Amino acid sequence: MILPALAFYLFAAVLVLAGMLVITARNPVHSVLFLILAFFNAAGLFVLIGAEFVAMILVIVYVGAVAVLFLFVVMMLDINFQELRKGFLRYLPAGLAVGAALLAELGLVISGWVYAGPADSVRAAPTPESVGNAQALGDLLYTQYAFIFEASGLVLLVAMIGAIVLTLRSRKGVRRQVIADQLARRREDVVAVVKVRTGEGV
Amino acid sequence: MADFLALHLGLPLTWATLVAIILKILVITVPLLIAMAMMTYMERKVLAAIQLRQGPILVGPFGLLQPFADGLKLMTKETIIPAGANRAVFLVAPMITFILALVAWAVIPFGEGLVLSDINVGVLYLFAISSLGVYGIIMSGWASNSKYAFLGGLRSAAQMVSYEVSIGFVIITVLLCVGSLNLSDIVRAQTHLWFCIPLFPMFVVFFISALAETNRAPFDLPEGESELVGGFHTEYSAMTFALFFLGEYISMLLMSGMTSILFLGGWQPFPLLGFIPGPLNLIIKICLLMFVFIWVRGTLPRYRYDQLMRLGWKVFLPFSLVWVILTSGFLVYFDKLPH
Repeated sequence: MILPALAFYLFAAVLVLAGMLVITARNPVHSVLFLILAFFNAAGLFVLIGAEFVAMILVIVYVGAVAVLFLFVVMMLDINFQELRKGFLRYLPAGLAVGAALLAELGLVISGWVYAGPADSVRAAPTPESVGNAQALGDLLYTQYAFIFEASGLVLLVAMIGAIVLTLRSRKGVRRQVIADQLARRREDVVAVVKVRTGEGV
Repeated sequence: MADFLALHLGLPLTWATLVAIILKILVITVPLLIAMAMMTYMERKVLAAIQLRQGPILVGPFGLLQPFADGLKLMTKETIIPAGANRAVFLVAPMITFILALVAWAVIPFGEGLVLSDINVGVLYLFAISSLGVYGIIMSGWASNSKYAFLGGLRSAAQMVSYEVSIGFVIITVLLCVGSLNLSDIVRAQTHLWFCIPLFPMFVVFFISALAETNRAPFDLPEGESELVGGFHTEYSAMTFALFFLGEYISMLLMSGMTSILFLGGWQPFPLLGFIPGPLNLIIKICLLMFVFIWVRGTLPRYRYDQLMRLGWKVFLPFSLVWVILTSGFLVYFDKLPH
């Protein structure tokens, strides 16, 4: 069919274009919005290779939660972009070095996949029909890689607690609403019915 | 259907498939838009009855044509774009809201086999789409370049992200009992017992979170008119406003549909009323839930913002987490896990 090929080129082209625009857009909010577009197209590519579970998780986690908070923060920032662009030439070599390192790693991963000995047999094996990809992922994660998976969960937990510890500060003199106390109030404790005679007051 | 078109209209099979898909999409969206129009009518009538008024009575019999008159009015009005607004984002935001509300219906099963796209990860797709709904609101709030709209957008972003967490846990409990992410499988698993009976607390949590997710009363703080004028759509007029309105009501219908599918047995017939055909069962359930949406709006006062956050994070989140653990423990102990 020609349709999947067309869809692939559409998603890939928009993905690359959106990625470019993320770093070139003048407005930081536009950058985040293009980033979201890039996530979307990446999810589309995942669907095309039959990894619909990963695609949906990408949309739910990155687009639905992470990028929302990102956007939230960026909207609140008051950045002077002319100021920020001043050091462009000075940081260019460092940026290029990081880019080159990432590209080299990507190349290593891909060549490892293409040239590794057992990879051919893995690719030649047909995708089993009966196992959905949520099930296949779950089988791998919770059996073969259970320890690594749990450990990465722990790392995230530590990061979360760290974030809370860093931002939590208790201020004195703040009156907080204690719902349990409010619910525990009874009519007898707080209401008194008095007969008031005219001209005398309570 | 594609075969039928290819045979009788003489179209090549690929074109026939394409035409068939477009026809199916229209068969879902057109009734959906009409249903949305009638929803606004129902809302006004039910609220009127709650407040001992008459509601719309002048346009058409019983005021039935009122929503269409309103629609026409909105179409003929002028679209105003504020001078300081970010034009592109300002115009894209309502479109996103509207499109997201519509595309989610692609996976809703209306009956056995009556579904546009029967994908394996149906629940995740619905969850993803409903969590994207926040973008329309937050973008409109930012692009309007107005303080009211911005505050409304921020409130809504925080609120929707918070309540999504408990919605996620509720969905996980249902998935534990079904063993599949496919919406049709979820409905089939409820042939003998609707999940609202064994999972009643989760049903309540889900419905309340649905109210918060769709920004409905008592959680309608993003557009709280008493403090924020109109919230995120303060600056919108004419059709741009209408798209927000359409999107909001369609996502309410969608949340009702999701509640029916996850907890009320989807197209499965009501007890003792087995003669009602499948799709009609789902429609009746959606209408009943929509009535509850309106009933809640007519009854409860608006939450304060800190109370809303407290309810989401300190009540619903721990509660639903405990229920996930209890349900999985129960299923493992009695060896009832679906395989």
